[in-house]
Amino acid sequence: MSKILVGMSTCGMSAGAKDTYKTLEGLVDGSDNELTFTGCIGMCFKEPLVEIREGDRRTIYGHVDKKRAKEIYETHVVGGEELPDYIVYQEDGGNACGGSEQQFLERQERIVLRNCGLINPESLEDYEDRDGYQATRKALAEMNPEDIVAELKESGLRGRGGAGFPTGLKWSFCAGYESDVKYVVCNADEGDPGAFMDRSVLEGDPHAVLEGMIICGKAIGAGFGYIYCRAEYPLAIHRLQVAIADATDKGYIGENILGSGFNFDIKIKQGAGAFVCGEETALFASIEGERGMPRIRPPFPAESGVFGKPTNNNNVETYANVPWIISNGGQAYRKYGTEKSPGTKVFALAGKVAKGGLAEVSMGRTIEDILFGIGGGIKEGREFKAVQMGGPSGGCIPAHLKDTPVDFENIPKTGAIMGSGGMVVMDDQTCMVDMARFFLDFTQDESCGKCTFCRIGTLRMLETLERITRGEGEVEDTDMLAELGEQIKQASLCGLGQTAPNPVLSTMRYYMDEFLAHIKHKSCPAGSCQALVDFIIIEEKCEGCGVCAKDCPVDAISGILKQTYVIDIGACVQCGKCLTSCAFDAIYTVGKKVAAS
Amino acid sequence: MDGFMNQTEAEFSYRLWRHDGAQGELIPLLQSAQDHFGYIPRRAIKYISGVAKVPESKIYGVITFYSQFRLQPMGKHAIRMCTGTACHVANAGMLLETIEDELGVEVNGTTEDGTFTLFSVACIGCCSLAPVMMVDDDTHGSLTPVTTRRIVRKVRRKALAGEKKAAAEKPEGDAAASPAKE
Ligand code: FES
Repeated sequence: MSKILVGMSTCGMSAGAKDTYKTLEGLVDGSDNELTFTGCIGMCFKEPLVEIREGDRRTIYGHVDKKRAKEIYETHVVGGEELPDYIVYQEDGGNACGGSEQQFLERQERIVLRNCGLINPESLEDYEDRDGYQATRKALAEMNPEDIVAELKESGLRGRGGAGFPTGLKWSFCAGYESDVKYVVCNADEGDPGAFMDRSVLEGDPHAVLEGMIICGKAIGAGFGYIYCRAEYPLAIHRLQVAIADATDKGYIGENILGSGFNFDIKIKQGAGAFVCGEETALFASIEGERGMPRIRPPFPAESGVFGKPTNNNNVETYANVPWIISNGGQAYRKYGTEKSPGTKVFALAGKVAKGGLAEVSMGRTIEDILFGIGGGIKEGREFKAVQMGGPSGGCIPAHLKDTPVDFENIPKTGAIMGSGGMVVMDDQTCMVDMARFFLDFTQDESCGKCTFCRIGTLRMLETLERITRGEGEVEDTDMLAELGEQIKQASLCGLGQTAPNPVLSTMRYYMDEFLAHIKHKSCPAGSCQALVDFIIIEEKCEGCGVCAKDCPVDAISGILKQTYVIDIGACVQCGKCLTSCAFDAIYTVGKKVAAS
Repeated sequence: MDGFMNQTEAEFSYRLWRHDGAQGELIPLLQSAQDHFGYIPRRAIKYISGVAKVPESKIYGVITFYSQFRLQPMGKHAIRMCTGTACHVANAGMLLETIEDELGVEVNGTTEDGTFTLFSVACIGCCSLAPVMMVDDDTHGSLTPVTTRRIVRKVRRKALAGEKKAAAEKPEGDAAASPAKE
């Protein structure tokens, strides 16, 4: 009898895991094999993933579509013969023993992701089998609030949402305020585009987060918890609901938990689409049903947060660390990471990296180690140009700084920030001016409008960058951007405005020549800004179908059916229509030739 | 159609009735109104205002602050193209143009036949499979212009087939005329 697990988190499903599951369902029906599902193990680039578990032997297959599912079922599960060509990872008795992506997992250290991809996230029993709720038991029965806080301080855990504030210290602040009502808030409003570790944890191991919150409640003396989750994550919300219901049934949540006399309730609040709600005071306003606008501090949340009551707010990943720390002790946690940034961190690898997915590693490992050692380098073997960290508040770290250790001390030195751990990788085809424009477009749109510099200043910066990418930039523009950027940082109330200019400032710091190419030579070296490139048809790819010529609004494309078409660069107006209609990916853009001067 | 509206209104008022007056319930109420009507109609605002004892002006302020809420009815199917960082780097802009071209509407627009409304969103949390779009609740990854068009056409064909069937069953029915209904 084998157990078959299909990876069913959002990434798996968008790669077709639902079909795979249905196919297997039909096959398993009537046999003594068991079919179930699990969360994301982090190998998103190989989704859909299917694991065959026979006793201690785990075999994970990658890219399992309907056809391959059938083949695997018939040959491996029924026939007993493995299919080595499709195996991405294999383990026997806990030791890795093969598969094409063995290194991807082996080079990681997993605390937060300890259960992701191993258990059925909708099964409390699965979680309990992996020592689930043991930390809660320990915290409620054997520890008093001070012990819990002391253990966290000992571990050195720092908030994983971006700022890196020591978690134990934060809890002790809130514990220090007397109040009949206090709140534990979990920020699951993962707003940084390009970061998806919180989604994966919620979809793959929701109980770990609940446990972290319960323990926090005990430590600070709070009886209520709110999880504020993005509406864009319907599956995460669903799995949280299931987890809360199950945990309540089992008596881990509710009144007199495990007979300890401690009461704790958790409610989910669904976000309604506002990036600024990642900022904690704005998030509180949103929980209260108001417009999600940041509030002036002090008073700090530890004194006056949700509904004016003392509140502790951490993000998903931070809470997911807590049960492990309570079970294994703060000292054990310190074995990972660096002196000032202890523990592990989950990174989301995306963009032009060859192996997009999740990687959890000790803090302090280098960018190169993460992107090349685990991430497999750049897609299609292209040139590594930069990695963006910290989302719209962060910055781009250029390729020559790839030896930088990734931790709270070293990343800020490059002009980026740790952020929540999203790493968006860029290659030589990514235009840095366009990236700067992109981030500003984002923050400009998300600015809540309270502070003038953030509301209008970012708009002026955006307009300037738009002009530059259209080829209408002027030499003074870069000075103006730098100056205005500094002013916005000074004159904004919350983190959103204070950091909004960062992506622009950091790209100007490292890629001034690219800005100047746009401004002076009216050319986009990366071949990305549509107005500043030449469109070319690649001979080898063109099938001569003629669709582009038909679609071209200015008749700049000509040719004979079944032969390579050509674009008349002089007549082309760079509308990009042909790019969207070519079925063979045969149209290609390069930076406009710069006339020799 | 009347029957449908009455029914959801009844269900919706059930939720309102259950609304326990707890602080901070305004956003969930608006969310359930939108779930039922596909948008937030004028009369729902009035209704909520009466029950939750929040002035209409304030409700309106909350609605317009959050991008999730709509005051206009929406097409039968929502296409959400991700234009987050990872997708942007993977050419999501070009795909958005492809969808706009395929549907003949711009972002936030609804097609004439009421089948699709197009949105652009920042990150669906599926960045490793960029570029990504969501059609209703289904996520599709690793898109190219060709696959994108194919997916959109498939949904459209299905919608058309469903409509024809509905029309055949109920000759005087005008399914296309009420885009708000699911
Ligand atoms: S950036 Fe598109 S899914 Fe995250």
